[in-house]
Amino acid sequence: MTEKLYNNLLFQSIFLMSFLILVGLLIPNWLVFVITKAIAYGLVGLGIITLMRGGLVSFGQGFVFGIGGYTAGLLGTQAGLTDAMLLLFVSFLFTGLVGLIIAPLLARYRDIFFAMLSLAFSMVLYGILIKIDAIGGSDGFVLPESTYFGIKPSSEYADYVLYVVAIIMTGFISILLRYYYDSTPGLIALAVRENELRVEYLGSSAFNVAVLNFTIAAGLGGMGGALNGIALGHIDPEFTYWTTSGEFVFISILAGYLSVPAVFLAALLLELVRSFSGRYFPDTWQLILGLFLILSIIFIPSGIGSFFKQFFDRLKKSK
Amino acid sequence: MSKQSLLRAENVNKSFGAVVAANNININIDKGEKVSLIGSNGAGKTTFMNMVTGYLKPDTGHIYLKNEEITQLDPRIITQKGISRSFQIPQIFEPMTAWENLLIALGTSQKKHSYFKNARSKENGDFIDEILNRFALNEFAHRQVSELPGGVRKLLDIAMALVRKPDILLLDEPTSGVGAEEKYPLMDTIAKALSGQGLTVIFVEHDMDIVQNYSDRIIAFYQGAVIADGNGNTVLNDSNVKKYVTGKTEVKVKS
Repeated sequence: MTEKLYNNLLFQSIFLMSFLILVGLLIPNWLVFVITKAIAYGLVGLGIITLMRGGLVSFGQGFVFGIGGYTAGLLGTQAGLTDAMLLLFVSFLFTGLVGLIIAPLLARYRDIFFAMLSLAFSMVLYGILIKIDAIGGSDGFVLPESTYFGIKPSSEYADYVLYVVAIIMTGFISILLRYYYDSTPGLIALAVRENELRVEYLGSSAFNVAVLNFTIAAGLGGMGGALNGIALGHIDPEFTYWTTSGEFVFISILAGYLSVPAVFLAALLLELVRSFSGRYFPDTWQLILGLFLILSIIFIPSGIGSFFKQFFDRLKKSK
Repeated sequence: MSKQSLLRAENVNKSFGAVVAANNININIDKGEKVSLIGSNGAGKTTFMNMVTGYLKPDTGHIYLKNEEITQLDPRIITQKGISRSFQIPQIFEPMTAWENLLIALGTSQKKHSYFKNARSKENGDFIDEILNRFALNEFAHRQVSELPGGVRKLLDIAMALVRKPDILLLDEPTSGVGAEEKYPLMDTIAKALSGQGLTVIFVEHDMDIVQNYSDRIIAFYQGAVIADGNGNTVLNDSNVKKYVTGKTEVKVKS
C-alpha cells in the first residue's frame, strides 16, 4: 500500500513537472523568469521548513543563499564553468559542506539564539563581501551566460531552458525531501520539535537532527542562490542581506512546514506581489509585504500547506 | 539460579547547595527484580533516578550498569545502553497520535535508519500494534494524544520507554495524577505488559499499597540516604520507615 502511494507520488510529481514545463512554453517570458526566481527562493524556503520541522527557524539563510550565488558566479568568471546544471549541483554541495562545518556550532542553540546566530553569520558575510573589490564590492559582478551540456541557448530561449532545468532539479529534490520527511529520521525531527528531552531519553540525538537539517537547508539555500544568480545574470552582496533572509522566513511562514509544494506556491506569491507592487504601487513593496504577512499570520497561521494536508487527508479517508 | 547484578551505585553523593539530595548511596539491583523507591517528597528518590539516567551527575561516587560505569554518560547514551524511563508527567509528543508516538519511539530504537524509506512500513506497524495490544491501547491508537485521559497517557509514556527493549525500566510515579479507582487497573495493565520479559523494573511510588503489591523489594529514602532496603514486610514495618516515610503502623495488602 505504502509502495503504491509512493509510486503515485513519483508519478504525480513527474506529471506536475511535465505540465509546468509545457506551461512554460505558453506563458510570457517575464512570467517564466518570475517562476524561476520563485523556485530559487522556494528552495531556500524548503531548507527553512526542513529546519522548522525540527523546531528551528533561521533568520540568516541569506548566508547560504549568498555563498551559493557567489560559488556559481566565481566558478563562471574565474574557472570558466558555465554549465548551469553543474553550477547548481556544485553550489548545492559546496554550501552543504559549509553548512556541515558551521552546523555543530549553531545546533547548540535553540529558539531566538539559533535564529540570531544564523543572522549574525549572514551579516558578517555581507560585511566581508561589500569590502572585497576583487569580486565587485557592493556592486557585485556579472555572471557569464549559461550553457547546457556545452550548448548555449539563444537569448530568446535562455530563460525557458533555465526554467526547465530548475523545474526538473527542484522536482526531484522535492521528492527526495518528501521521502526524507516520511522516513524514521524525518519523523524523529518532528519529535525533536515537540519534546527534545523525550527524544534524548528515547536514545536519539536532537543535536544530530539539528546538524543534519541545517546541512540540508544550507545545501538547498546554496542551490537557490546559484539559481537566482544564474537567472539574474548578476550577483551582489544583497543576496546575503538581512532583508533577503527575512523574505525567506516570510515564505516559510506563509507556506507552513506541512507541505513541500506549498513552499513554492508561497515563493511564487511573494514574487508576484513583489512584481505587481513594483509595477503598480512603486516604493510600497515593504508596506505590501508587511500587510500580506500580517494577514497570512492572522488567517492561516499553519500556512497554506495546512490546506494541502487537509485536502490529502480527506482524500485518503474517502478512499 | 545465581543472581546477576545489573545496576550498582557505589558511594553516590549529590548536593544542591546546602541540601543533600543523595547521601552515600550504595544500592545493588539484580536482573529481574521489581524494586520500588519510597520516601517523602525531597527524600532523594527522583534525584537517584535522575542520576541513574544521566540527567544529573553525582558529585562523587560511581554508577555501573552491567559492570560498565555510566556515571558521567548522557541520558541518550545511557538509554542506548539499556536503561529506559517514563516520567511523572508523561513526556509524549502532543500533536501526534498514540500510534505515531510509538512509531517515533521505535524509530529511535533502531540502529540503522534509511533516510528514504517510509517509516510507516508494515513491519513497524505490526510491531506497534503488538505494543498497543499489550498495553490495551488499541482503541486510542489513532487519537491525538493531547485528547487522551491521564491513565492512557501514562500507559503510552511507559509503552514508549519499553519499545527499545531495555534491561532496566524506571517508572517515575506511574500512578500519580490518576484517580484512586484507576490505580489498580493501571498497575495491573502495566504489570501484565511487563510480565514474562525478565525485565528489571524500578519505580518511584507514594502509594504504599501499590508498593507492597507490585514490588518484591523496597528501598526507602530519607534526606538523601537509604534508611531501609529489603522485602515489603521488612521495610514497611521498619521503625524508621514508619516514622519518616509511611507514618503508618500497618500496611494493607491487596487481597
